[in-house]
Amino acid sequence: MSTINTQSTTSNTSQTSSGDQSIIHSAGEVFIESPRGLSARNVSCWFGEKKVLEGVNLVMRPLEVTALIGPSGCGKSTFLRTLNRMHELVPGASLAGEIQLNGDDIYRGAMPLTEVRRHIGMVFQKPNPFPAMTIAENVLSGLRLSGLKVDRHERDDILETSLKRAGLWKEVKDRLGEPGRALSGGQQQRLCIARSLAVKPQVLLMDEPCSALDPSSTRRIEETVQELSDTITIVIVTHNMQQAQRVSKFCAFFLAEENQPGRIVEADLTAKIFTTPRDERTNAYVSGHFG
Amino acid sequence: MIPTQEQTESVVPEERIEIAVRRDVPDRIYRGVATAAGFTTLALMALIGGFLLFRGASALRKAGFSFLTTEMWAPDQGGDFGIGAVLPYTIQISLVALFIAVPISIATALFITQYAPTRIRRPLTSLVDLLAAIPSLIYGLWGLFYLQPRLITVGKWMGDNLGWIPLFKASGPAPHSIGQFAASTFVAGVVVSLMVIPLCTSVMREVFAQAPMGEQEAALALGGTKWGVIRDVVLPFGRGGIIGGAMLGLGRALGETIAVTLIISPMFVRQFSIMEQGSNSIAALIALKFSESNANGISALMAAGLALFLLTLLVNAIASVIVGKGRSGAQTEI
Repeated sequence: MSTINTQSTTSNTSQTSSGDQSIIHSAGEVFIESPRGLSARNVSCWFGEKKVLEGVNLVMRPLEVTALIGPSGCGKSTFLRTLNRMHELVPGASLAGEIQLNGDDIYRGAMPLTEVRRHIGMVFQKPNPFPAMTIAENVLSGLRLSGLKVDRHERDDILETSLKRAGLWKEVKDRLGEPGRALSGGQQQRLCIARSLAVKPQVLLMDEPCSALDPSSTRRIEETVQELSDTITIVIVTHNMQQAQRVSKFCAFFLAEENQPGRIVEADLTAKIFTTPRDERTNAYVSGHFG
Repeated sequence: MIPTQEQTESVVPEERIEIAVRRDVPDRIYRGVATAAGFTTLALMALIGGFLLFRGASALRKAGFSFLTTEMWAPDQGGDFGIGAVLPYTIQISLVALFIAVPISIATALFITQYAPTRIRRPLTSLVDLLAAIPSLIYGLWGLFYLQPRLITVGKWMGDNLGWIPLFKASGPAPHSIGQFAASTFVAGVVVSLMVIPLCTSVMREVFAQAPMGEQEAALALGGTKWGVIRDVVLPFGRGGIIGGAMLGLGRALGETIAVTLIISPMFVRQFSIMEQGSNSIAALIALKFSESNANGISALMAAGLALFLLTLLVNAIASVIVGKGRSGAQTEI
């Protein structure tokens, strides 16, 4: 019942969605959309002349957590950054293939770049709250940056909901006016998650969000990720295989063999990847033989 | 039984180690040279200040505090003298220069660091820096013969239409004659601003270029535009650089001599209007009067020089504190 395609998926990805999940009510009509969530077709990436990623096909199911694992330099972070068009910020970067959000191509479609990034939020490796802003201003900064106009009442509402969803509300509700930098590293990362949630994205991309944090902060972030997956699609890059097992339902294993661009070796249910992988290389990686 | 912390401490007396560093010969030589060079700079400053104070002392004794308020200059004939008008003119010229230079410098620095394609960044930077290499005499000549005839029409328009604002007032009823607006504080300020722009730009450019990538990406990932990134990340980060760059520019503008000397027609009575003919600056005063002064006059000029020296020292000191302090949290590592 693999729901993630890896082998040269062509146009026919609709079979992967099952039952009612593929049916959306829109403007009074019922139609089948394929695929929902975020999907990548035949994505390749270059930095200048160097090809770092080749032929990646992956469907990231809505309201589930998909983990991207693999050794350093396998292209998993690069792939993540193609999903909200951050890849193109690097001078000389280019890509081929197609990325769709609910069936709309985010590169060639009608959706403006800033809209793409608002719908597909991102949390970075290092917590990066805006230092000149208070905790509250940090959370609401996305509204300002993306030009969303909201009234005062709604702002307070967004502030509270976002912090609650990020699991930070209790700790900061009495100090919303303090600078964001006054928080601990783990709290800063949850502040960044709250900031991303405030613009109501459909997808949240997380690029090794715990690699700069201590174990107990890591645990808090993982709990947050699990709670969030009820309401938002999450794609998380992680070096930590226990983390991938704890938080994700699906998992894609990336590998770049010597002098080769990165590819997906195997993608499946996380439970299967870690117990009965199909590929020998996946087995070697998840059992800690390299990487 | 395991001894507790307190017990061990009470039993074993602690003796702190004397930290001794033994330096070898090359290290000691290098230290000596570097220290000497460092102190030379300080000694130079002290020497210059001391020299001005020593040479200006007789004039300062004679004039006392009225040196700062007297609006005339007749030390050679034994008359009154002071920088009561010259000092305000100096500051006015510098402020006009900053008013023009700071916005242009911010925009230029933002363009170079944020908008310009990578491959033209370096040539553009060199080009702006090259502006700083043009001798100020050239700026002065160009300002006098090319810029002034064009600028006085601006002055006249301001005098005719905005004359009710004291800053732009022109004496007599409108319409005014065009010649009334030549050799003014405004014209001198504009020319000085051209010399200040490269300095301000290079300070601001360096600070803007250091705006943390992580925060810029965060702003973009929230759906921000380039302008949003500049407003919420680059400018708040660069605030110290903007203020510091402006202050360094002010220091430069205060001391500018030859261009101002060429343009202004020296005046020793204060007027608030920057458009009206007549202005002055300490540096221009010294340059103009130096060759025709007797011993009394020279001493008075030295005193004026001391005032300028202290003022620029103060401005530059404040600037370097602001530039150096940077932003709290800029270097935070988690």
